[in-house]
Amino acid sequence: MSKFSVSDKAFDRLNFLFVLLVTLIIIYPLIFVISASISDPHAVNTGKMWLWPVDVTLEGFRRVFQNDAIWTGYKNTIIYTAVGVAIHLFVLLPASYALSRKELMGKRVWLWFILFTMLFNGGLIPTYLVVRNLQMLDTIWAMVIPGVIGAWSILVARTFFQQTIPDQLVEAAKIDGASDIYLFIKVVLPLSMPIIAVMALFHGVALWNQYFNALIYLRSEDKFPLQLILRQILILNEVSADSASSAAGSAQSFADQIKTASLVKYAVIIVSALPLLIVYPFLQRFFVKGVLIGSVKE
Amino acid sequence: MGKDQLIQNGRRARFKKNFLRNWQLYLFMMPVFLYFFIFHYIPMYGVQIAFKDYYATLGIWGSEWVGFEHFERFFSSYYFWRLLKNTIILNLYMLVLFPLPIILALAFNELRNGAFKKWTQTLTYAPHFISVVVVVGMLVAFLDPNTGLVNHVLRAFGLDAIPFLTSPDWFRHIFVWSGQWQTLGWSTIIYLAALAGVNPELHEAAKVDGATRMQRITRINIPSIMPTIVILFILNIGNFMQIGFEKVLLMQNTLNSETSDVIQTFVYQTGILEGQYSFAAAVGLFESAINIVLLITVNQIARKVSENSLW
Repeated sequence: MSKFSVSDKAFDRLNFLFVLLVTLIIIYPLIFVISASISDPHAVNTGKMWLWPVDVTLEGFRRVFQNDAIWTGYKNTIIYTAVGVAIHLFVLLPASYALSRKELMGKRVWLWFILFTMLFNGGLIPTYLVVRNLQMLDTIWAMVIPGVIGAWSILVARTFFQQTIPDQLVEAAKIDGASDIYLFIKVVLPLSMPIIAVMALFHGVALWNQYFNALIYLRSEDKFPLQLILRQILILNEVSADSASSAAGSAQSFADQIKTASLVKYAVIIVSALPLLIVYPFLQRFFVKGVLIGSVKE
Repeated sequence: MGKDQLIQNGRRARFKKNFLRNWQLYLFMMPVFLYFFIFHYIPMYGVQIAFKDYYATLGIWGSEWVGFEHFERFFSSYYFWRLLKNTIILNLYMLVLFPLPIILALAFNELRNGAFKKWTQTLTYAPHFISVVVVVGMLVAFLDPNTGLVNHVLRAFGLDAIPFLTSPDWFRHIFVWSGQWQTLGWSTIIYLAALAGVNPELHEAAKVDGATRMQRITRINIPSIMPTIVILFILNIGNFMQIGFEKVLLMQNTLNSETSDVIQTFVYQTGILEGQYSFAAAVGLFESAINIVLLITVNQIARKVSENSLW
């Protein structure tokens, strides 16, 4: 018996070390970015800064806040996310509720109609042509309508309604003469805050982070969301980081521009991820819950 | 009147009655119906441009049929095999790493210190919320040949700096492992939920019989979560060839295109950028077709072998 408990202890220690190692590897790049955003770029670029900030400076953040393109992108992203989430809920909730009710006829047909889109879709080009033919190119609608909902969200929300809204409640309300719309707004929605939060969060994060729809559907730069601006700065290295000073100082040395570029890089990552970083610790359990409700059906 | 006719009439009357009483529920279905119809079923109808010569002025219906011309052109082009090979290798590489989240979930599950477990879970989930643009941006910064941290480390060990992001040899490794960095923690959630449902009596009985921790994991935990594993594996196959194309596009450059050119980026390139709508739609359709065949095949096999399947 004691032999087992000794090997159990060894197992626990090894397992602890394994999880610790994986966690450290995963968070190291994040710590690096945070430290780099407030360090002197020279120290970052020469490899002197590798964990904690070196020669702390807030210059990067100052230049990010002076940059008009970033502000415009930020504003656009907030608008797209807010409008997109609102439309998402408007499309998702009534339909999922209706699908959870036994009075709705043709349920199998409805579900096939929705689920078939998981199996097959027309693909990038035919979808693009539909958006183009609807005159949605280069408008906010191209950002929020295509992809506003997926079959998966409907299944998850429907499962939630089935489990939380008792039939007796609905029947009692109907006997009292309540219409479905009244019942849905006054009774069902107030009982459904958890699923509304989960769905809004999932869709909100997806909208905040997406760049590809903007890449193919938007033309004018003043409509670009933050992710497209980030792509220009971080990946394409098109740094107009400090428009005022770079215009004035083309002679202000190439080296200085590179310095600005690397200063702004890390700061802009932090600024773009800030809303998510702030809410994430509080909302983590909601996200986890969302994944779990989704897997119930399986 | 035949019997069938009577039944049909009865059905129609029943539906009419139901509709009059519950019309608001059908109204609730309208936004979803319209969305899927316009943005999923009309594009499915539009897929026919893959067999036509699409001109915007003629419309989908008015454009001329050309049969399999675009497919033939694609299959006989010199880049066809390169695209197919790159797409398959990249996805197989990702598929090979499918067990990693299972291993991490099993490890999380064995942790006895609750606070430590909670913290490590929270921290490993975090990268899931970072946008793909930022992830690639971080790669660009970390892997820069002159200023990147990784190359500083290589130089410190007396090695030569490596231009990772412009090297065809490195593209797949960087793509796949940065993806693991982002999704590893998050992917454990479903497995952890399945592990929480393992019957504790099985473990008690195994303990009495003197089973070690490792034995209990391999003989009890893994078999218990096998249904979940099979379902997720099928779903993974269903996304085969499609995962992460948006990230490939961000990581792609002329110097690494030898390995980073995949079917989806090619569709984007020829369709959206060059406006060859019919040709690009044909290439996209070819890919969807492979996907469906794969999904159905794997689902059939899973049903035979393990009795777990999507349908």
